[in-house]
Amino acid sequence: MLFKNDKATVWVLAVLAAISLIVPLCNLIFAPGSPLYFSAYTVSLLGKYTTFALLGMSLDLVWGYCGILALGHGAFFALGGYMMGMYLMRQIGNRGVYGDPLLPDFMVFLDWKELPWYWHGFDQFWFAAIMIVLVPGALAFLFGWLAFRSRVTGVYLSIITQALTYALLLAFFRNEMGFGGNNGLTDFKEILGFNIQSDAVRACLLMASGMILILAFLASRWVVNSKLGRVVRAIRDQEMRVRFLGYRVEMFKLWIFVFAAMLAGIAGALYVPQVGIINPSEFSPLNSLEIVIWVAIGGRGTLYGAIVGAVLVNYTKTLLTGWAPEIWLFFLGATFILVTVLLPDGLLGFWQRRLQEQK
Amino acid sequence: MNGLALKPGQVDTSHGPILYLEDVSVSFDGFKALNKLSLYIDAGELRCLIGPNGAGKTTLMDVITGKTRPDTGSVFFGQTIDLLQMDEPAIAQAGICRKFQKPSVFEMLSVFENLELALATDKGAWATLFAKLNGTQRDRIEQVLETIGLVELRSQPAGILSHGQKQWLEIGMLLMQEPKVMLVDEPIAGMTHQEVERTAELLLSLQGERSIVVVEHDMEFVRSIAKHVTVLHEGSVLTEGTMDEVQNDPRVIQVYLGD
Repeated sequence: MLFKNDKATVWVLAVLAAISLIVPLCNLIFAPGSPLYFSAYTVSLLGKYTTFALLGMSLDLVWGYCGILALGHGAFFALGGYMMGMYLMRQIGNRGVYGDPLLPDFMVFLDWKELPWYWHGFDQFWFAAIMIVLVPGALAFLFGWLAFRSRVTGVYLSIITQALTYALLLAFFRNEMGFGGNNGLTDFKEILGFNIQSDAVRACLLMASGMILILAFLASRWVVNSKLGRVVRAIRDQEMRVRFLGYRVEMFKLWIFVFAAMLAGIAGALYVPQVGIINPSEFSPLNSLEIVIWVAIGGRGTLYGAIVGAVLVNYTKTLLTGWAPEIWLFFLGATFILVTVLLPDGLLGFWQRRLQEQK
Repeated sequence: MNGLALKPGQVDTSHGPILYLEDVSVSFDGFKALNKLSLYIDAGELRCLIGPNGAGKTTLMDVITGKTRPDTGSVFFGQTIDLLQMDEPAIAQAGICRKFQKPSVFEMLSVFENLELALATDKGAWATLFAKLNGTQRDRIEQVLETIGLVELRSQPAGILSHGQKQWLEIGMLLMQEPKVMLVDEPIAGMTHQEVERTAELLLSLQGERSIVVVEHDMEFVRSIAKHVTVLHEGSVLTEGTMDEVQNDPRVIQVYLGD
């Protein structure tokens, strides 16, 4: 059987499928007030968490399985988000404040006369969809090619990944870049011709995010269970030895890094229509650090640990920032330290060990 | 026949030696780890390298396997393959494999998976992603499991093996790579007396098909396997010969016992 001896995977799939089907359907079918009704707020919140779960899982591939502590993974998420944002901007058409049929509002405001070359094609969804995986993938390839070939590892690599996302943050803040400067891209109207604010579209976005998370989880699971997955784990534990077995370690790191960047890009693209905005703050180094914390808390090297961690931390964040926003970062920092010291394998690692001890 | 004497990738050992090291020097911050060292290893022979600590034995292996680039000198694999132009994976794929001083197995992977990763096959990333073991490859792994005596522990993570079993697993990993030259650094460290005997038998049974270079401190063990011994001292070859010749050489005695 496909999932033999892997109850956790079956559980994860069942829960994900339930959330991404039942919640949006109940939201649409039942009236507010009914006990089975889920509010639009719940739907959009779960939609957001689902994209974070995908983002966390993609980092787990790089960090948990290959041992590369990438502190700039948020950059790929933000890039995917910008690609989707460009498509949504082009969908606005002449309904912007300035009514220009071609140029987005911020370009009219900057007195630009022509659409920059890199904005062409984004009026087509299929083109945007390709760019959503291609652009983060290409950046990861370029960065990884240079870094892994020069055998940059450990803390040095972590620092330059952080520098990468910080450089992008500064670049995207500039108006001349043509991505809306510090306001970013927003005021979206439609996606694929449907009103992006409507309950039905929000429900569909949650369904789509959930389904894509399931597919991405199955694909990642297949990758880590393949021989390539075993080589990648071997690199994490004994990089030198792998090289002396005849494997080009840098190519394997590159492969998994690019694959993870593409998944992060997809997560960003699903995130943007659900929150209605993408701006340079998504490139903030702090965001990338938070992803690492989700994975550490959930548990590295299991895929589903990252999913659980992402949802748990972000749910806590939603609760805490509503209640006492100023303590959130202290709370996050303290949790991270406690988990690192007390539960080095994260919550799921701890739970798995308990189960094994009981047997 | 296309007139070529060698197929691409074939190692030319027509003159006898399979490894040629000539005038190789390596220095680290002024310390000469290897000093104009010249050494020839014949095809199919089992050679032991001995010498006091710091004589350059491990550095020598680093140079052959591409981990360390020498400052001067040349290193050839057969008549035609220049190892100094190649990196570690290329050298490993050409057929020079190495067992490390500290047993280096992948502790999180099972014994079987450790051997599977070592298997000689296409080692590109895409090929590895879609790799499936065929019948012959499975048989080969079974055969090696048998040779290294780990059949029963095949599904266990390598981390739980004893020190001696890890050493054997690593030797098994070398065998999986079907090497032409095996460089074996301190194979019996941490082994029981019985394990040492079995290791000696194993190494003796492997010579002929392939060349084996063993670095070892245990003189009893060296005596039990080696016909030909090379003594290194301060980064160069002090002397070569049979174990008896070498042990009776006054220079060797002086190096080991001091003045």
